[in-house]
Amino acid sequence: MATSLVAEQLHAIWHERPGLAGWASTVDHKRIGKRYLHTGMLFLVLGGLESMLIRAQLADAQLEILDPETYNQIFTMHGITMMFLFAMPVLSGFGNYFVPLMIGARDMAFPRLNAFGYWVFLASGIFMYSSFLIGQAPNAGWFNYPPLADRDFAPGLNIDYYTLGLIFMGISTTGGAINFIVTILKMRAPGMTLNRIPIFVWGELAMSFQIVFALPALTLANVMLELERRFGFHFFGEAGGGDPLLWQHLFWIFGHPEVYIIALPAFGIVSAILPTWSRRRIVGYTWIVVAELSTALIGFGVWVHHMFATGLPQITLSFISLASFMVAIPSGVQVFAWLATLVAGRPVLRTPMLYVLGFIATFVIGGVTGVMFAAIPLDQQLHDSMFVVAHLHYVLVGGALFPIFGALYHWLPKMTGRMLSERLGKISFWLTFIGFNLSMFPLHILGLLGQPRRTYTYQEGLGWEPYNLISTIGTFILAAGLLTTFYNWYMSLRRGEPAGNDPWRGETLEWATTSPPPHHNFDHIPTVRSREPAWDQPDLADGAQPIEQGGHPLTEGHITLSTSVLDARPQAVVHMPHSTPWPLYLTIAMTILFTGMLVSSILIVALGGVTTTGALFGWFWPRRETQET
Amino acid sequence: MTQAIEHLPSKLAHTAHGPRAFGWWGMVWLIATEATLFAMLIASYFYLRFRSQPEWPPSSIEAPELTLPLIMSVILLSSSIPVHFAEAAIKKGSVTGLRIGLALGSLLGAIFLGLTWGIEWPEALHHFTPRTNSYGTMYFTITGFHGAHVLGGLVFSVWTQVRAWKGAFGADRHLTVQNFTMYWHFVDVVWVAVMATIYLSPHL
Repeated sequence: MATSLVAEQLHAIWHERPGLAGWASTVDHKRIGKRYLHTGMLFLVLGGLESMLIRAQLADAQLEILDPETYNQIFTMHGITMMFLFAMPVLSGFGNYFVPLMIGARDMAFPRLNAFGYWVFLASGIFMYSSFLIGQAPNAGWFNYPPLADRDFAPGLNIDYYTLGLIFMGISTTGGAINFIVTILKMRAPGMTLNRIPIFVWGELAMSFQIVFALPALTLANVMLELERRFGFHFFGEAGGGDPLLWQHLFWIFGHPEVYIIALPAFGIVSAILPTWSRRRIVGYTWIVVAELSTALIGFGVWVHHMFATGLPQITLSFISLASFMVAIPSGVQVFAWLATLVAGRPVLRTPMLYVLGFIATFVIGGVTGVMFAAIPLDQQLHDSMFVVAHLHYVLVGGALFPIFGALYHWLPKMTGRMLSERLGKISFWLTFIGFNLSMFPLHILGLLGQPRRTYTYQEGLGWEPYNLISTIGTFILAAGLLTTFYNWYMSLRRGEPAGNDPWRGETLEWATTSPPPHHNFDHIPTVRSREPAWDQPDLADGAQPIEQGGHPLTEGHITLSTSVLDARPQAVVHMPHSTPWPLYLTIAMTILFTGMLVSSILIVALGGVTTTGALFGWFWPRRETQET
Repeated sequence: MTQAIEHLPSKLAHTAHGPRAFGWWGMVWLIATEATLFAMLIASYFYLRFRSQPEWPPSSIEAPELTLPLIMSVILLSSSIPVHFAEAAIKKGSVTGLRIGLALGSLLGAIFLGLTWGIEWPEALHHFTPRTNSYGTMYFTITGFHGAHVLGGLVFSVWTQVRAWKGAFGADRHLTVQNFTMYWHFVDVVWVAVMATIYLSPHL
């Protein structure tokens, strides 16, 4: 059969070397995506262990499980881990794996940059966690305010791990965001016009735009803080004419969009799961896309609502308060579009759907407390109390963890080719859902009663003990729920039922190829004529749309198509780079460089500088296969 | 369907530059994120100026001399002209034109950098250092950031020059040249903002 001949030819062109060499040099977006996912899940375990330590310490009044300094380090690393090392990488991982599949491409636009991004994420995560080895993990909270984070009050290496680690990681995040943008703008299969892009892909695009314009603020703030700590520059210290509020502005110009950097792709997951499991096209496609993009935009105008208690002028506060109320509108639009899809469809209540419903319930509660915080008097009353902790966990666990676990149940059969246990899935969901609400809902009450956040213990007799105990029990139930999914995942890899190409009758292109997909994703790059191509185009079966229907085998080389930004018309054939270990070498060299900066050793910095330059030359040195285009 | 067959890949070019190439878009977004970084830096400058000081520059530091910075501005901004002609030359297939344009642009860039780090900085250091106060800090941070970008542009330029010697570029193969010129123009445009912030605004 002609198709299998094409598949064989493509396999010969696109397969990568086996063994250690192949492991170190892969540029396949699917392998990289899985790495992001697996590594991010490992960090979830670490961050989860930290949360259990925090909750164990707070279970009763005046416990001594953690001393105050360790407590500070643990809750700081918990925040950093869950934001930067779990949520962002895992959502990037799903994006890496599924964006090229959903848009009918053979890989990401910059495969080597993609590999580099993963290695740098891994290296910077290890870099930050190595701080525990010398007992000096970051300890000033994940938003790291000076003067507490300045040299006078934090003389150890704790904060330097934070600043250098996040600068290092920013290289990975920025590269990844640019890669997503170019991939989504330029690599969509012919016919996938802007109004046919799957909403999950829109979510990754909106996230990437936010990273491009928000992350520089964080990087810059960290560079400034490091210059101040190491060389006595004056940015944040009052003494030399600096201003600690400058840090807060820069941090939250990044930090508030960061919430949407995590939430927008997670919303995208929800919009990917809902139509399949409601057996219906999503309601209000255009509204949802506009809502995602306008959230990304308005998200840049609300950073000061993290600073309502800093004594800024009233007019500033009022303006930001207004914008903060406004940002609830696009979120509301999406929630109603999802609910309408549910109502108008024939929902099937299997595990992915349960997680989506759990997401809607928790996220709406987090959204409501968010609107409460947009009111300045209430914010000033509850600032830095446990109420804030409850709010942000409802937003982020509701808005990211539930969609991510829903996505596991929805997409793992595609990624591994094996089914998961539905029974374990349901058990896992209910443990997670009940455990989460038990752990976080009481914190609302504790906040109203006056318990401050980030304080390692509390006095007896304030009536806080029962709520704290319930919260601690809830945390451990939540952990059991997550572990159940990991066990389910492990068992499915060992002896799960084969999934087949399309176990759920999905609507987007990833369901039109094998599970797991071949190295080249599709035997023929399809021509798309619908927003739900896998439902409307019977010619797409098995990833090989017949040539007379517009399928492109592209067996002439290691090539893919470049298509136009708006209407995805083919413009050129692009030769893609082959697998290479240089991204790994460059990462190792840069790790030496950052370690040198951490320990203030000119020798190690010089070594790192030389090896980094050498690795860059090695990477870009022209080879026969990567001729100039 | 007929449209699809019309665009069959066998009829498509196997080289791409400009908005058809992935690399061109990569450079566009790299510049976008770098421009944001500079915008934040300049915003921080004015934030510290308006928040903390009754007078600026503070503590009897004089507002910067303008003669040398204006000369430097003319040199750096004019370097965009040969770089522009270098790109125009390779679009017509002239590798010689490309190499001459690149060489002239790099020469002007190198002179600019030499003036910054050889004369302007040592002169400023007579009066203040980055550790003196927030004015000194911002002065050296912003000019330092920009200088580092010019240096990066010079390395990029030399790399492009070497590739040109090796015959890597032609009328329809010059994405690297396009990316270099885009980056170089960006660094020049940023200088206008740096000049206005660091050298002109203290006189206001």
